[in-house]
Amino acid sequence: MNAPMFDCAKTFSSTLLQLAERDPRICIVINDSAETHYATEFEERFPKRMIDVGIAEQNMVGVAAGLANGGFKPWVHSASCFLTARAMEQIKADVAYGKNNIKLCGFVSGFTYGPLGGTHHSIEDLAWMRAIPNLRVIAPASPNDTAAAVRAAVVHDGPVFIRVISKTLVPEIFKDDHRFSFGKSSRLRDGNDLTLIGTGVMTSRLLEAARLLNDRGISARVLHMGSIAPLDEEAVAVAARETGRLVVAEDHVLNGGLYGAVAEVVVREAPVPVLGIGVPNVYAPIGPASFLFEHFGLTAPAIAERIRGWLGPRPTPRTASA
Amino acid sequence: MVAAERKTERQRELIELARWTRATTLKTLHRVRLGHIAADLSATDILTVLYGAVLNVDSTKPNDPERDRFVVSKSHCSGALYSLLAWKGFLEEEELTTYGQPHSRLCTVVSTRTPGVEFSTGALGHGLPFAVGAAIAAKLDGSARRVVVLTGDGELQEGSNWEAIMLASTRKLDNLTLIVDRNRVQKGASTEDINALEPLDAKFQAFGWAVRTVDGHDIEDLLASFQAVPFEPNRPSCLLAETVKGKGISFMEQNLEWHSKPLSDAELTRALAELERGRA
Repeated sequence: MNAPMFDCAKTFSSTLLQLAERDPRICIVINDSAETHYATEFEERFPKRMIDVGIAEQNMVGVAAGLANGGFKPWVHSASCFLTARAMEQIKADVAYGKNNIKLCGFVSGFTYGPLGGTHHSIEDLAWMRAIPNLRVIAPASPNDTAAAVRAAVVHDGPVFIRVISKTLVPEIFKDDHRFSFGKSSRLRDGNDLTLIGTGVMTSRLLEAARLLNDRGISARVLHMGSIAPLDEEAVAVAARETGRLVVAEDHVLNGGLYGAVAEVVVREAPVPVLGIGVPNVYAPIGPASFLFEHFGLTAPAIAERIRGWLGPRPTPRTASA
Repeated sequence: MVAAERKTERQRELIELARWTRATTLKTLHRVRLGHIAADLSATDILTVLYGAVLNVDSTKPNDPERDRFVVSKSHCSGALYSLLAWKGFLEEEELTTYGQPHSRLCTVVSTRTPGVEFSTGALGHGLPFAVGAAIAAKLDGSARRVVVLTGDGELQEGSNWEAIMLASTRKLDNLTLIVDRNRVQKGASTEDINALEPLDAKFQAFGWAVRTVDGHDIEDLLASFQAVPFEPNRPSCLLAETVKGKGISFMEQNLEWHSKPLSDAELTRALAELERGRA
């Protein structure tokens, strides 16, 4: 791929900084990781609105709830693994239970920490977050999608978990005027033989896989599920009815994440086969993130190959439409 | 002299309010056969002084940004809290009968479903971090409002408290007051036998707090202590309130059995009679 590649966390940081210039209630609550999450510029510009609690994630989320009670709009910054697991009960009780206006920003998600291994990989976060009522869970796919998601989150007066792609580079797949909507998917490519559904870092890989499949005569629709909770159930059901087969890919365990979310809709609305491509319920081996994507078959060529095998020697004809 | 008499009158009113709160709470819990009676009675005098004479909260202006923030982290004393919220006008007294019943606004641990409650607690170790955030918010806004948080003592075994205790002194939150309901008993046994807290005052001091110890059932001492915060400039204040679980009812005092035991009709009668005798 020759397309320019971007770090979405940088877009996240510049977008939030712009919003904070206009809104004096926006603040950051962080666990001594400003550089990692590109928050140093915010800190220089608004030192008082940068609340660094140190290495203390439970307190970080509780403090954010107290700030929200005082009318501030806290954006909690942390590596996703520590935010979601260490502070899970605070997210449930201090943030979501009271529908408090707090944005939980999970950086360095998925395999990005690579060789740091199982303690640092955040491949269960979507499953955990999506089980919590009142909490919107989103995973933008590109810089423009990230900027739009941040703008959508700031106007939503309630809790949001945003899984930010950081350090892993992705191409731009959305236009500059793209808007992000909670509960809505984006159809990035039309197709009739099957539908590929992805979120976050996987969406651009699915688009590339769809091109590779097209070269082999397989017509794949591609849906980006930037919003995992609420999920665009209608788009899932329509895709199931119209294309007869679904593939979900995620840099996440296959139990409880986007694959689970899609499958829950499909069994209820339009039962069709759904192939999940992601991490079986295991800890990943040691190695760089790029190796881990290959190891679990999460590259575009591996996904295309897997799908061809799943479809059999010829594309399955469309099953009866609804 | 006049001032002294007036003060005495106020104390008499608070003592009567504490008695009323105990009686009302016992009746509420007896009716629904739920709750944590001993925890309510342990915290009643603290809650009474706060609502009766200290907190700037007004049921006609529940969202006033300048109201004091009071956080009940020791959530199991919800019965006593709801009695006082009714007295303060946030609830109709009638509504106390719904405590823990289907679709009630009165959760048996405190939640923001109840008017006048700032923050849902019940999972222990959550109130103090929230209070630290609320105190930072007040500082950022240059507001003189105060943040007061009540925790249990067993609750201090939760590590999240100590994360917040460190941050409170780092940020010099002298607008924050922590009251520890120090009855020395947790659900199963003495705090000191299970996971010792002592020396608690030295711990808070070492963490940069200004600490006072007070008889948590002495209305006058409690009132004087609250009026003295911050105990030191630029430091958060910790009030270690020495209390007795089940205080005020002879057969409940420091009796582990009463952590969450329902009250029989005969026991209620006996308890109310004891409170009435104390009135004389």
